[in-house]
Amino acid sequence: MSSTPDPYASVTATARAIATGEATATRVVDAYLGRIRNLDRELGAFLAVNAEGARAGAAAVDRARAANEPLGPLAGVPIALKDNLVTRGLATTAGSKILAGWIPPYDGDAVTRLRAAGAIVLGKTNMDEFGMGSSTERSAYQKTRNPWDTSRVPGGSSGGSAAAVAAGLCAASLGTDTGGSIRQPAAMCGVVGMKPTYGRVSRYGVVAYASSLDQVGPLARSVEDAALLLSAIAGHDPRDATSIAAPVDAYAAALTGEVAGLRVGLPREYYGEGLDAEIRAALARTAEALRERGAEIVDVSLPHTAHALPAYYVIAPAEASSNLARYDGIRYGTRAPDAPDLLALYSKTRGAGFGPEVKRRIMLGTYALRAGYYDAYYKKAQQVRACISRDFADAWATVDVLLTPTTPAPAFRFGAKATPVDMYLGDIYTLACNLAGLPGLSVPCGLTAGGLPIGAQLLGRPLDEATLLRAGGVIEAAVGLGAQRPRAVS
Amino acid sequence: MPTLTRAEVDEIALLARLHLEPAEAEALQGELGAILEHFAALAAVDTEGVLPMTHVLPTTAPLRADVVEPSLPVEDALRAAPARHGDLISVPSIIPGSPASAGASHHRPGAGE
Repeated sequence: MSSTPDPYASVTATARAIATGEATATRVVDAYLGRIRNLDRELGAFLAVNAEGARAGAAAVDRARAANEPLGPLAGVPIALKDNLVTRGLATTAGSKILAGWIPPYDGDAVTRLRAAGAIVLGKTNMDEFGMGSSTERSAYQKTRNPWDTSRVPGGSSGGSAAAVAAGLCAASLGTDTGGSIRQPAAMCGVVGMKPTYGRVSRYGVVAYASSLDQVGPLARSVEDAALLLSAIAGHDPRDATSIAAPVDAYAAALTGEVAGLRVGLPREYYGEGLDAEIRAALARTAEALRERGAEIVDVSLPHTAHALPAYYVIAPAEASSNLARYDGIRYGTRAPDAPDLLALYSKTRGAGFGPEVKRRIMLGTYALRAGYYDAYYKKAQQVRACISRDFADAWATVDVLLTPTTPAPAFRFGAKATPVDMYLGDIYTLACNLAGLPGLSVPCGLTAGGLPIGAQLLGRPLDEATLLRAGGVIEAAVGLGAQRPRAVS
Repeated sequence: MPTLTRAEVDEIALLARLHLEPAEAEALQGELGAILEHFAALAAVDTEGVLPMTHVLPTTAPLRADVVEPSLPVEDALRAAPARHGDLISVPSIIPGSPASAGASHHRPGAGE
């Protein structure tokens, strides 16, 4: 990192170069800002670039180093944040017009922890409105293009984060995952994405979509970088009642490169009809690579898998319809002009401020929670959810992790999913993890013949992120993308 | 059960405080009907005696000490309000036909568009 900082440098290498004085934080930040200027007009990954704030943060790190003050583990490392992570003084829209122009008066917990570790907030990344989508096409603001093929979507809803990491526009990023929104875009953009155990990372200061499913996690170019970010953001927070008070592991230390004796389950329901042939072959190579290194490959069954999709699309919209009731044009956000009374103000503000997919899910959730329908929909879905959770608990008796595809198909072209149900079906492999509250990791495991990334998903026991990262590190070394870079930036 | 009538769509939109243009309501009637048909499969799952899931790990709800802590300053809390009246947020009349409250006349330029 002597003259021009390498935009693809690891988080560890960037932090070390700044700590040793080989690079200044200012140079690193300026290099990423320059790259965003050059490349993001086409990619559309960022909704807001925090140029002034990032430069000020970098200057503070450089001054601290010059004064021999102690530096945080991520000092000077430029991180992009999904735009549903609340940032003090920096516009936060969650991809929605209803929050246009909102400047939050506080930082979310994950953001506070990142800043405390010395990280620099580089900007806010594009997303499907309120996280509701799997392609980032549902952003109210702009399209984000997949850096591997700009005629295709980056996945979603954390599509801006995944594209920014893949294209080297930031050192790493944070996203959120309610039904696959970190892992699916990570798979489609050829980066690592982790959804931690529900409660591992605080949801304080996360724009709520479905509160029993939402979780913050890292998107990064390596498993080690994801591990470092997770260690920085995880931990108990009294401001989130669902936050878990378990100690946080030094996740990067778990990356031993060993999987000997690890029992890896292949759930047959994840390898059925509808799985792309090239993805199936890549997963077979991944399983074989783990077996060659001493892992035991075991066939398992998760019998309730097929019910995850309907259960999710009842629970998530139901919770969303309640959570999004707060956007009423009163305290913050946009307000419809000239409403004659309060009811009209609510309804016109919301009618004008929400996009079609958000309206669809609010309507669906309101329908499911309506008096007389609750038992048939929400309660039933929560019972099915308990069955799905029990399937996993049963699997942990015989295996340590589960290996599945992250997505049934690689990144698709803009506009390819014609109906809402077509779009929802792309989430079939990622939803159960959220319903059961488990940790999940997507790691690149090769490219299709057409040059599109393929993701392998690892699912694990509650709070066993360390084992997922360890196995993910082995997959990365054996069948990962190595030094291959997306077309749009090479 | 899953097929929705237009009247149901309008009723749900009212419950959701969501103004829909006629074309939107018409499109949603078909879309929501298709989604609900897809989800009818849930009814067939045997969940006899299964308790609805709450959290992945057993959790407790510890009580915080009853101590006053600093909260968001009023000015910070009100900065994003689309319309305000001194230290209050102004809203239009709550009861239709009653005199309007401070609302529109204090609408800040540039906010709430």
